[in-house]
Amino acid sequence: MRALTRGLLGVAGFLVVWELFGRSGLVPAEYLPPPTVVGVELVGLLGDEAFLRDVIATVLALLIAVGLSTGIAVPLGLVLGSVPAVRHATRAVVEFLRPIPSVALIPLAILLLGIGPEMKITLAVYAAVWPILFNTIYALDELDPLLVETARVFGTGRVRVLFSVALPSALPFVLTGVRLAATTCLVVLVSVELLAGGSRGLGQFIMDSHSGVGRMDLVLAGTVVAGVIGFLVNEGLERAQRRWVAWSSATGGRP
Amino acid sequence: MTAMLSVAELGHTYQAKDGAHTAIADLSFEVGAGELVCVVGPSGCGKSTLLRTISGLIRPTRGEVSLHGDAVRGVPEDLAVVFQDYSRSLFPWLTVQKNVEFPLKRTLGRAQRRARAAEVLELVGLGKAARKYPWQLSGGMQQRVAIARALAYRPALLLMDEPFASVDAQTRFELEDLLLKVKEEHDTTVLVVTHDIDESVYLGDRILVLSGSPASVVADLRVDLPAPREQIATRESEAFVALRGEVARLLNVGKGAEELRARRKADERSARKWAEAERAEVSRAEAEDRAATS
Repeated sequence: MRALTRGLLGVAGFLVVWELFGRSGLVPAEYLPPPTVVGVELVGLLGDEAFLRDVIATVLALLIAVGLSTGIAVPLGLVLGSVPAVRHATRAVVEFLRPIPSVALIPLAILLLGIGPEMKITLAVYAAVWPILFNTIYALDELDPLLVETARVFGTGRVRVLFSVALPSALPFVLTGVRLAATTCLVVLVSVELLAGGSRGLGQFIMDSHSGVGRMDLVLAGTVVAGVIGFLVNEGLERAQRRWVAWSSATGGRP
Repeated sequence: MTAMLSVAELGHTYQAKDGAHTAIADLSFEVGAGELVCVVGPSGCGKSTLLRTISGLIRPTRGEVSLHGDAVRGVPEDLAVVFQDYSRSLFPWLTVQKNVEFPLKRTLGRAQRRARAAEVLELVGLGKAARKYPWQLSGGMQQRVAIARALAYRPALLLMDEPFASVDAQTRFELEDLLLKVKEEHDTTVLVVTHDIDESVYLGDRILVLSGSPASVVADLRVDLPAPREQIATRESEAFVALRGEVARLLNVGKGAEELRARRKADERSARKWAEAERAEVSRAEAEDRAATS
């Protein structure tokens, strides 16, 4: 409870600073509306069907993107982490692809996939596979050889060792990777919606509020919602992590 | 007595970056069914290598290991190993019960696995800890879990690699007696690798004394101590003291502290070097296995 109180105090402090700054006249009030104004807009927006559709579109795309990147990166990480030959062979390609910002790929993605939701999901997945992939590979590097030998002397075959020893032992790292990936996905989705337009979503709403009517209060309300989504996703995954891999923190993170 | 385990002219040489290292020179011995044999030797003399060749984790460069007559190629079916480092050989994401059931997954159904796990946990005095996780238990209790897991597998041969070296003295006594009890009840064949002379005399029906590196058998001693053994009386008996002295002399323990220290240092250095070489060896063996099976 005390942690919650402290968290709320932090949020309150942030809002007070924003309020004071917005009303201080240092910036024109229409550029940075204070939270009291944005809050009223936000409450109104929560009853607005078009806005809710945008939020749902972004959240759905986020869930799909996180699911896809986990589904791609974990098996890939298991292969790269347990077969050194494949890992060495793909190293250069991986290190070339990884630093490319997803938004730089928007033109290419539009040409290949059109402007629909699959385009932004693809770009989000592109950005999100890396943290999961690298955490999975790293976790396999950290796998205690004695655990593997133990399983082997009890007659466990190589493939079963991968699934019943390597994978569970890697799970804490993998979940951390998924948590990082979820935040990355949200950033990329909102950015792509904002920059590329096309499919509806929170980013598109922010862009419309800005360019059409110049309503900064609406822009900020949308931004706050994006932040809240990110916070909730992170919080949920952290909880799942504490619940599912309690053994990891209990053994000091060492499987 | 029929030989359960037979090791014939076994030798193993690791290929390290800075040259070859012979861990085992020429080892030959047999272990009869139902026997408890202790292998003692100075640290880093190749005891762990011996254990890994018997359990099929690495392939020896010379000689042969056979288990009830069949040459060991790959990990044998009915063999279990208890490692020294219990905290690293129990699966931390599984409860005590699931850890014990782990080796039974391929062969037994759910209900049978459960019954077997309950039975062995009761045997090692951990009936109440079944639903706990290994890291919630003390070191001694964790090692009991590891022993229970090995027993649940009902192995024809139980290998133990310095099983009681990482627990406190009192727990060690308890676990030693537990091992003797279990061995008596289930007529298990056991090979215990240890560096503790007293332990080898207390536990063993026979003691194999190994020389320093590369390992070879210096002596094969029969332990004629009455059963059941008892921690205080047995250890005070004349026969025990005499045998302990004999093993110590064979191991050259009284050679002078200076020399011992020097040797220990050299042992540690080479132990580190082999550990690396061994790791490489295991992965090479695995690669070969893969190539052979695919």
